[in-house]
Amino acid sequence: MAETALGVDRLAAVATRADAPRHAALVRVTHWLTTVCFLALLVSGLEIVVSHPRFYWGETGNVLTPTLFSLPIPASRATVPTGYGFVLPDQNGWSRALHFQSAWVLVLTGALYVIWGAVSGHFRRHLLPEASDRSVQAFSRALARHLRFTRPAAADAWSYNLVQRLTYLAVIFVLFPLVIWTGLAMSPAFVSAFPSTATLLGGRQSARTLHFLLTVSLVAFLLVHVAMVWFAGFGTRVMAMITGAPAPTRGPE
Amino acid sequence: MSAISRRRMITRGLAAAAGLSGLAAAGRIADRYGLVPPDHGGIYGPGATLTYAAQRLLTRNSLAREFSRSQISNPPFANEIAPPSDHFKRLQANGFKDWRLSVEGLVAQPASLSLDEIKRFPARRQITEIACEEGWSYVAEWIGTPLVDVLRAAGMMPQARYVVYFSIQGAWWESIDMADALHPQTLLAYALNDGDLPVAFGGPLRLRVPRQLGYKSVKFINRLAVTDDLKRFGKGLGSASPEGGYAWYAGI
Repeated sequence: MAETALGVDRLAAVATRADAPRHAALVRVTHWLTTVCFLALLVSGLEIVVSHPRFYWGETGNVLTPTLFSLPIPASRATVPTGYGFVLPDQNGWSRALHFQSAWVLVLTGALYVIWGAVSGHFRRHLLPEASDRSVQAFSRALARHLRFTRPAAADAWSYNLVQRLTYLAVIFVLFPLVIWTGLAMSPAFVSAFPSTATLLGGRQSARTLHFLLTVSLVAFLLVHVAMVWFAGFGTRVMAMITGAPAPTRGPE
Repeated sequence: MSAISRRRMITRGLAAAAGLSGLAAAGRIADRYGLVPPDHGGIYGPGATLTYAAQRLLTRNSLAREFSRSQISNPPFANEIAPPSDHFKRLQANGFKDWRLSVEGLVAQPASLSLDEIKRFPARRQITEIACEEGWSYVAEWIGTPLVDVLRAAGMMPQARYVVYFSIQGAWWESIDMADALHPQTLLAYALNDGDLPVAFGGPLRLRVPRQLGYKSVKFINRLAVTDDLKRFGKGLGSASPEGGYAWYAGI
């Protein structure tokens, strides 16, 4: 069967570099730095949203203009009509400081990872789909396997399958760049120097709305990612991302 | 201890020392070129400093976007303001004829300007967006005197590094560096769209700083102080915002 053959191939490839860690040290460090920064950005971002849980499309938007959508939550500002009879405490000061500091660490970490990934061949070897996988059939087969929650082959502990590869590529090269872009498009000073960062998106409020929707996509990725790690063997996979090697004690998967 | 590990420790020690002194030197150079914000202390100092330094290198002379008349928000949104003091109400009852803007600090001729005197300078009109840190925004036409004209007329001294500005509501004061103070779009705004600047929007006089978030555009301005050292004001963090947990630099 093709899948088994593929698994054997991958195992064989792994065996030739048996002493290599499952994840390179740089991948492990940048993975956890990104995790910490993302969670900090998420919490602080939500706190900022609470001060104005309304979203608009176009250049401008405020409580006098119609919304694209609004979140059914109370607000931390009395000027925002929410239907709730109370106002939450203002947490924007530290939230903003944490948000931008985490953004800096995330961007610097991401830059390091992307440069290393391109130079070391990490993207080419581990994230670009393997030649045998570059077909619609291979993709639908891999997706079906994913959706049926087939327990991963032993080889999957040593290499990413097609769905993983495409998802990681999309997160690294589409979602993160877009969330950074839409964030910068909300900076009045940055936009004064580079106006197209805002105008290409349709305006400042469009950028803010997209920033929120991209965050929702990243949270969805995070939830599926953690669920998949859980499904594949939480302890083993998390240890592999911390120490580099999967624990050898686990039985056949 | 083997020779190799001793050598390694010495090289590592030297590298660490070089790194630390390199950081210290970078800090001094950054400070000389005005890349360190006054609120650079604390756990969020590194992020605030990186943001301010990066922005100053990228945006020193850039102009905020200006919009067409058709993009003016109608009506504009008046954020809530603190209840006016009795002093303010008396000035308002008299049509702000006794409103004064004092210009002091590092200027050759300290001045106390009435609104009419401010309006005698050439006016600048600009249609810009004001964005609040909360997320909302509106576009309006702001008419006023460029701050730089008032500073020059008062004989601003060359050692000036910041302009501190105060609201008649004592708790609200801010400051900007010279890149923003001398910027042609930084206005002492006295009119909005088709009329005098309404009190709800900061009238009779508001400092409009369009390259930063709304909270730097302080309402009810009655005092400017030109300085080379922000430590002399408040808790020395540059403005009231850092004292309340918000960043001094709000260009983001």
